[in-house]
Amino acid sequence: MESSDAHLQLIRLRPEDNVGILPKGVEPGETLLVENEPVSFPEALPLGHKIALRPISAREKIIKYGMPIGSTTRAIQSGEHVHLHNMQSDYINPQTRLSGDGSH
Amino acid sequence: MEATSKTTAYLRPDGRKGIRNALVVVYLVECAHHVAREIAYPYRERGVQVIGFSGCYPNDYSQKLLQRLCTHANVGGALLVSLGCEGFDRDRLAEFIRASGRPQKTLVIQEAGGTPASIAEGRRWIDDALDEMARVPRVSMGFDELVVGTICGGSDAASGISANPAVGHCFDRLVERGATCIFEETGELIGCEQDMARRAARDELRQPLLDSVAKAARYYQTLGHGSFAPGNAEGGLTTQEEKSLGAYCKSGSSPISGIIKPGDVPTAGGLYLLDVVPDGEVRYGFPNINDSAEIAELIACGSHLILFTTGRGSVVGSAISPVIKICSNPETFARMEEDMDINAGRILSGQATIESVGDEIIARLGEVANGAPSKSEGLGHQEFVMTYKSFEPLGPSCFPA
Repeated sequence: MESSDAHLQLIRLRPEDNVGILPKGVEPGETLLVENEPVSFPEALPLGHKIALRPISAREKIIKYGMPIGSTTRAIQSGEHVHLHNMQSDYINPQTRLSGDGSH
Repeated sequence: MEATSKTTAYLRPDGRKGIRNALVVVYLVECAHHVAREIAYPYRERGVQVIGFSGCYPNDYSQKLLQRLCTHANVGGALLVSLGCEGFDRDRLAEFIRASGRPQKTLVIQEAGGTPASIAEGRRWIDDALDEMARVPRVSMGFDELVVGTICGGSDAASGISANPAVGHCFDRLVERGATCIFEETGELIGCEQDMARRAARDELRQPLLDSVAKAARYYQTLGHGSFAPGNAEGGLTTQEEKSLGAYCKSGSSPISGIIKPGDVPTAGGLYLLDVVPDGEVRYGFPNINDSAEIAELIACGSHLILFTTGRGSVVGSAISPVIKICSNPETFARMEEDMDINAGRILSGQATIESVGDEIIARLGEVANGAPSKSEGLGHQEFVMTYKSFEPLGPSCFPA
């Protein structure tokens, strides 16, 4: 495994995950290792945010903990930040959470 | 493989083994709380702890929980402190404790002659009871006799990626060794129910697992209390199911052997879901008003030890069973090291892995089971909270045959 002080290694919780997690906050321009490829990051992000580990198609499942946590709303490039702007819950809309009959 | 050395565990008359030998002083209504606390105070370094129930009205849940707690494997004796006019069925509780073979006394403040007389009488009894409890046989204890509960509190963005998965790894290793492991809080498992059903050890357990989460969803909806807050999104969580999975991963990947409710003690090893949400219509308010109320329920289900993951830095411990703190965030650990047993935040800096921290938790658990105080225990934390709830008995499919 490549390791360098200049590069931050993302945390991949399970081998099947398609997103990795920032182990600390990053500044704009900081370099991340995404699948051992350095990716320069355009924006500041805090610890815990998700980064795509490979290109992900529109309406594809986002996998974290080896399980789906929602689906993309558009295509996402490898190394891109994955959050509210490009994915959503498959389960429940936060505004209407718990309003269903439990048969989702 | 043994969890403790040959002379560490306390053998109880029912064959269960404890890792502590606590004497509990139990107030049966808030009006008796001060007297109970005063009785116990001089013995606080000698395993005498205060637990109790504040309410004046009787309730099957509180009765069941105090019965389980006063006869917990970590408890060697119990002094019940009653004001005299409260609704709690003190005679039924006293009889339950005596039937377990433990030293027991009921002190009724109104009959004893008020505060000073009750304190003096209570302390005299404790002197004798501690002598009797010192003669409890000491034995070794296997992992297959150990019950471990887990809870998260003061979670942050790091909790779901360091401390919680490390506890999950620890739980998997413990279940392999025959231990009983308990996870809980169905309200924080909304979105995980299909995966829980997939992990059911028996087909007939699938529907009850789905039902337990649906019940929690209904309950929280009635209370108007959502679980996904703006702070979660700032911490990088995007969806409800992602947040739930962060808590759910404490359960590891073992098959789920059964569902229990507060006060049900599993009779065989394996992984159990503790359903803490009351049955029926919403009564008495929130399912759990704080972390300590959840810990009391995990202990009432037999937990000898509690694995508590925290990011922002909870300091609580518990009466009866030691609480081991696993800190998810390296900065919190540096700031509050004296409260934290394990620094899971090293996973974030690449200095440790989920597996290596999981193994560290097992090693720490072994030390604490052998009598070393956990951090919160050494600092004197003995929090205890119990509220009103109502439950229906478990269905037959919830327990292994």
